[in-house]
Amino acid sequence: MAKISIDLSPLQKASAWKPAEVVFWLLPVIAFFLFPKSLALLSQIAITALFALSLDLILGYAGIISLGHAAFFGLGAYAAGLLAKYGWGDPLLGLAGAAVLATAAGFISSFLVLRGSDLTRLMVTLGVSMMLYEAANKATDFTGGVDGLQGVEMKPLLGEFTFDLYGKTAYWYSLIVLFLMFWLARRLVQSPFGHSLRGIKQNVKRMPAIGTPVHGRLVAVYTIGAGYAGVAGALLTQTTQFVSLDVMSFSRSAELLLILVLGGTGSLYGALIGTAVFMAAQHYLSGINPQYWQFWLGAALVLIVLFARDGIMGFLNRLPALAAKKRGD
Amino acid sequence: MTIVFDGLASGMLLFLISVGLSVTLGLMNFVNLAHGAFAMLGGYACVVFLSRFGLPFLLAAPLAAVVAAIAGVVLERTLYRRLYASSHLDQVLFSIGLIFMAISSAHYLFGAQQQPIFLPDFLRGQINLPGLDIGIYRLFLIAVGLSLAYGLQWMVSKTSFGAKLRAAVDNPRAARGLGINVDRIFTLTFALGSALAGLGGALGIEMLGLDPAFPVKYIVYFLIVVAVGGSGNIKGSLMASLMLGLFDVIGKYYLPQVGAFVIYAVMVVMLILKPQGLFGRMAAK
Repeated sequence: MAKISIDLSPLQKASAWKPAEVVFWLLPVIAFFLFPKSLALLSQIAITALFALSLDLILGYAGIISLGHAAFFGLGAYAAGLLAKYGWGDPLLGLAGAAVLATAAGFISSFLVLRGSDLTRLMVTLGVSMMLYEAANKATDFTGGVDGLQGVEMKPLLGEFTFDLYGKTAYWYSLIVLFLMFWLARRLVQSPFGHSLRGIKQNVKRMPAIGTPVHGRLVAVYTIGAGYAGVAGALLTQTTQFVSLDVMSFSRSAELLLILVLGGTGSLYGALIGTAVFMAAQHYLSGINPQYWQFWLGAALVLIVLFARDGIMGFLNRLPALAAKKRGD
Repeated sequence: MTIVFDGLASGMLLFLISVGLSVTLGLMNFVNLAHGAFAMLGGYACVVFLSRFGLPFLLAAPLAAVVAAIAGVVLERTLYRRLYASSHLDQVLFSIGLIFMAISSAHYLFGAQQQPIFLPDFLRGQINLPGLDIGIYRLFLIAVGLSLAYGLQWMVSKTSFGAKLRAAVDNPRAARGLGINVDRIFTLTFALGSALAGLGGALGIEMLGLDPAFPVKYIVYFLIVVAVGGSGNIKGSLMASLMLGLFDVIGKYYLPQVGAFVIYAVMVVMLILKPQGLFGRMAAK
């Protein structure tokens, strides 16, 4: 039998770290020194970026629409909060606990979610997240209900770094977790697994024909996405030492969708850039007037859907072509 | 019994508001999460007509429906129609954008508080029967709801507009080939759905309340009606709305600590067991 040799070099080339990526990851380090007063905001950006990354995995890569992704974020947040409140205040332990819980929840709910068409998925994800929201709302003894979960006390990170008032530890902690999780996600989407997901998104009917277990792959990515969201939620709890009911709200899921679409779906850097742009705009505009911010948020969403479906990353990817065209003229 | 009656009345409101969504979502295959925004618009329009212009309630509510219908037509012609062929994700994002804009506009114009509603005297009060207190307004709602449901059913099944609508939905290409102006049918249907939502919003202020968060607060209820009732099915929507209204009111009365949890659970279970809805016919697409 003749050996089939496949030239993998284009794939390997694509998975190598590019200089632009290194520069990108230096930016948050520079930001630490440039904006020492806004570390709280910067940590928020890192955490939301991780959350956006989790939705990007399931929506951008696998094409599963979710209107209730905040459910897993909220589960992670409450898990970390409750663990810390009842004495397990070690941050990494809390992170692991939250990840396990959210992953398990993602695995179980994936079977519900993946049954139907897009429309059913929308409603099931929304329904599941609203159920959890109501549960958290009503279980006041446990979660504090609308008042939020208080009394979350974190032990120093690795027994060494306390969470200080300026948010230095919180920032480095969030950033490093984000980077590690990003690195993992990057490996994931460039693996054969990641390529099969993109294949499923592009043509569900053809993938089984080339031997891809579609259902299994979707369950796997939904579970992983849920776990990522749980870690993001746990980070939020640990860095702010508080959980509000808002972590599970519909508007958090909706905002996340917007972030992803703004940055460009199906691109890990799109999720990160979208988050940074969104959070910075939110910080400055809602400082002027929260309602004003929400209005323009809605308008931006409508415009993006109508005119710029591929987001910021799509624009960046088109730049070289545009520049070449200009030079040609 | 009184509780049952209240449940039926709130079910009627849900029916009025969601039947339009059932058509756009189920038949035209457009995920319009912003449907509640039209109901909210109707509600605010009604409040303005009542308090600023001093119109009588029975005139203000239909006018509110007209306002919602006009908004529906304008948005359909300018924005919605561009997205009929888009993916569901795009439609969701688009309508979430509209919700955000609607909420913040309502905030800006009317403030965050609940809007008061002053019903005319003849709609207030109760009829007291042995063992049963019937609010007159509740009775009014049920009467309006039933007659509209009947009218809609008649329109869809008996009139030529109804026949064209069914044709346009089942097979737009063939309908076009037969000389039916599918675009106009869709616009009219969208306007009708918005008008009903507006009317429901106006009539519902007394029971559902009206504040800027309205479109998000009730979004799940509208979706449940469509999910349970089956898409584009008027009888199904009516039954589903009544059931939902009953469950909701009874649940809140007897099991307040569980709250809306049951409703959401019912929806998820429904969707999984019977994606076509309890009374559903198979969607054409």
